[in-house]
Amino acid sequence: MSDLLFGIVSTMGKLAVVVSALMGTVSVMTWVERRVSALIQDRWGPNRVGPFGLLQPIADGIKFIMKEDITPADAHKPIYTLAPALALVPALCAFAVIPFGPTIELLGRRIDLVIVDLNGGILVAFAAASLGVYGIVTAGWSSRSKYSLMGGLRSAAQMLSYELALTLSVMGVLLVAGTLRPMAIVEAQGGWFWNWNAFRGGGQPLGLLIFLVAGYAETNRLPFDLPEAESELVAGYHTEYSSMKFAMFFMAEYINMTTSSALAVTLFLGGWQVGVPLPFEGWSLAILQILAFVVKVGFFLFLFVWVRWTLPRFRYDQLMNLGWKGLFPLALANVMLTALLVAFGLVG
Amino acid sequence: MQLLAFFVLSLLALVSAIVVVTHRNPVVAALALAFNLVAIAGFYFLLDAQFIALLQVIVYAGAIMVLILFVIMLLNLKQELGGRPSGIVPRVLAPVLGLVFAAILGRAFLSLRGGFPARAPGYGTVEAVGREMYTRFFYPFEVVSLLLVAAMVGAVLLAKRRL
Repeated sequence: MSDLLFGIVSTMGKLAVVVSALMGTVSVMTWVERRVSALIQDRWGPNRVGPFGLLQPIADGIKFIMKEDITPADAHKPIYTLAPALALVPALCAFAVIPFGPTIELLGRRIDLVIVDLNGGILVAFAAASLGVYGIVTAGWSSRSKYSLMGGLRSAAQMLSYELALTLSVMGVLLVAGTLRPMAIVEAQGGWFWNWNAFRGGGQPLGLLIFLVAGYAETNRLPFDLPEAESELVAGYHTEYSSMKFAMFFMAEYINMTTSSALAVTLFLGGWQVGVPLPFEGWSLAILQILAFVVKVGFFLFLFVWVRWTLPRFRYDQLMNLGWKGLFPLALANVMLTALLVAFGLVG
Repeated sequence: MQLLAFFVLSLLALVSAIVVVTHRNPVVAALALAFNLVAIAGFYFLLDAQFIALLQVIVYAGAIMVLILFVIMLLNLKQELGGRPSGIVPRVLAPVLGLVFAAILGRAFLSLRGGFPARAPGYGTVEAVGREMYTRFFYPFEVVSLLLVAAMVGAVLLAKRRL
């Protein structure tokens, strides 16, 4: 096989694996979200379809397809139809630069287990995240409903405000790592788990905290789900959406959760590194490392649900105050401190 | 492959640019402009300037256009009613400036007859851009940052009359 053909086939293979894994995560997460919510609130949750209600996502999927697709009469139809795609596509794109495993050898060739290993890789994830807001804003505007419009406006302001803190929180890690290439960032965190960026010298526990909080705001999850606050806005920007169009917003939200979890793992918690030096290598190690990545991402996804039922929703002014007066200066201070440490040769 | 990408991107860029200037609905025009900016980022990618391409998406498409869209939605502008643009600026000045810009582009195009200059290894990467910016172009870079600070101070002053 020629190099080009091999490149195309392996990239297509990785794409198929990542997209189906993401979609699988979405359906599992809908079940986890409801079961864990039920656990926290001391009730049963969906337990009728299949063992432990595990087939519930499939039932939900069928229901979504069967439902009537309603378009409000006053809606701006082209944009109303485009909006769910504008939400879902950037969400899927962001995962392209996240390494989910080490470099493996197949048929005598080396394959990096990341879809594209770009020089400015981390920036691609942020670029995709910054485009994600269009789906929500256009959905809010094109529905021609006051609740949708309010939700769209809120999300635009919220996502712009928290993007600053999100990007700055990562700067510390990038300063220590000296690269924007995700694979290199993960490889530099090998060996024991105290080499992970969150713990090692010039460590970034503060960076991780800011990243997580800002990540919750970026994905519109509780305690920052003001764009869809049901007690005031019915369902926010997707009030008027039904059927598969609504399902696409739903999928985009869960994929964004997965991506921000995976980014947190990649940048701060060693990515696919197991965290202990292991005596064997080759395929068994590679599989263990992929599993380690999945487990870490799974933990952060669980954290999303846990936080949802622990913290009440913020008020709008509290949200803006936290973003601009709390997280933003804190992230700046973190960057300055790390920069000083790096400049004096103490870390990095 | 690159040629195909170039033509697809050109088509997207041209169509979205035409929509920006001709569409009556300000939200559609703003969305088309965002689309156009992303297509231009694609051109940067084709020219191996990947850092600039990513910044273009993050800053222009991801932040500035969202703000513009936000303001349009906040003011809830109705679709502009018919009528052609009037006044001296759009009718006379805009075509003249357009022609001047086209002349500059043509001049640049003609000067490239010998083909593009060779690129240094690592061209367009974050490292290369950063090194140039903080060594060769240090003073222009600082002047630009001063300009941005002035703009921010101005915005704060306008928003908060009594500090």
